[in-house]
Amino acid sequence: MIIQGLVFYLFAALAIAGGVLVISAKNPVHSVLWLIVVFFNAAGLFLLQGAEFLAMVLVVVYVGAVAVLFLFVVMMLDINFVQLRQGFLHYLPSGALVGIVLLVELAVVLVGWAVSGEAPKSLAAPAPELAKMTNTEALGHILYTQYLYLFQASGVVLLIAMIGSILLTLRHRPGTRHQNISRQVDRHPKDTLEIRKVPSGGGI
Amino acid sequence: MDALLHEYFPILIFLGIAVAISVIAVAASWIVASQHPDREKDSPYECGFEAFGDARGKFDVRFYLVSILFIIFDLEVAFLFPWAVSLGKIGLFGFWSMMLFLGVLTIGFIYEWRKGALEWE
Repeated sequence: MIIQGLVFYLFAALAIAGGVLVISAKNPVHSVLWLIVVFFNAAGLFLLQGAEFLAMVLVVVYVGAVAVLFLFVVMMLDINFVQLRQGFLHYLPSGALVGIVLLVELAVVLVGWAVSGEAPKSLAAPAPELAKMTNTEALGHILYTQYLYLFQASGVVLLIAMIGSILLTLRHRPGTRHQNISRQVDRHPKDTLEIRKVPSGGGI
Repeated sequence: MDALLHEYFPILIFLGIAVAISVIAVAASWIVASQHPDREKDSPYECGFEAFGDARGKFDVRFYLVSILFIIFDLEVAFLFPWAVSLGKIGLFGFWSMMLFLGVLTIGFIYEWRKGALEWE
């Protein structure tokens, strides 16, 4: 039990420290690397709560794919970051405004949860006991049937993301040379090769 | 709950060992190795690359396309795991619900195939 508490504080402290470093790192590539640290610690926190599946998905999807995507985006931008930082004070008010709006939203959610009558009901019907059913099973039992519409909507969102990214980024370059394997295999020595007897001193 | 965390305790130990080894490797090479950089050592040998410089260059946007397509199918597979675990209980309805989901994504897959997004020129 005491180890569990210590590990919680370890993960939580590392996650917060990583989050601070994400926004304060000078080099955006370092920011993304710190973001990976945050993802790992968040996965550890999920695991401590018994949400095994979410922890693994966080590692597989966020660390394995989203962080790589962020790295590509950061490295693709050929920007002089020293120049970019010069406007820092200029953009500080609007950035702070967005931060305050997010903070207020979080506060509204938290107060709403504390005040509303729904909360005790949700607490009274928690996720199934881990001894009876693993987290993955519990998710599977409701995700595909009870939450069918949300599940299908997520499929549509993925489809839109796929089509959108293809439309935005796919450019065919004219004049590139392709390897056509069936044509290569189809080629016969008879069509291309000719053996001639060369008389000495004659030439072809 | 406790049983679950007991199962993960070895992973916590491995995590600690991994952190320790990586810190030791970096710190030891920092402390033990002699470092006397000078202009000649840092300059490229003959026609080699510059040893230090801006790592940022223009990438082909195609890499981004490949990685976002990877994320989408990664998520699709992530949805398959709980479905496979609880397929016995959610029955035919759950089965066809997943088939519809896969069908929607297959439309996207056919689209990207026909568009040539999977080909590397």
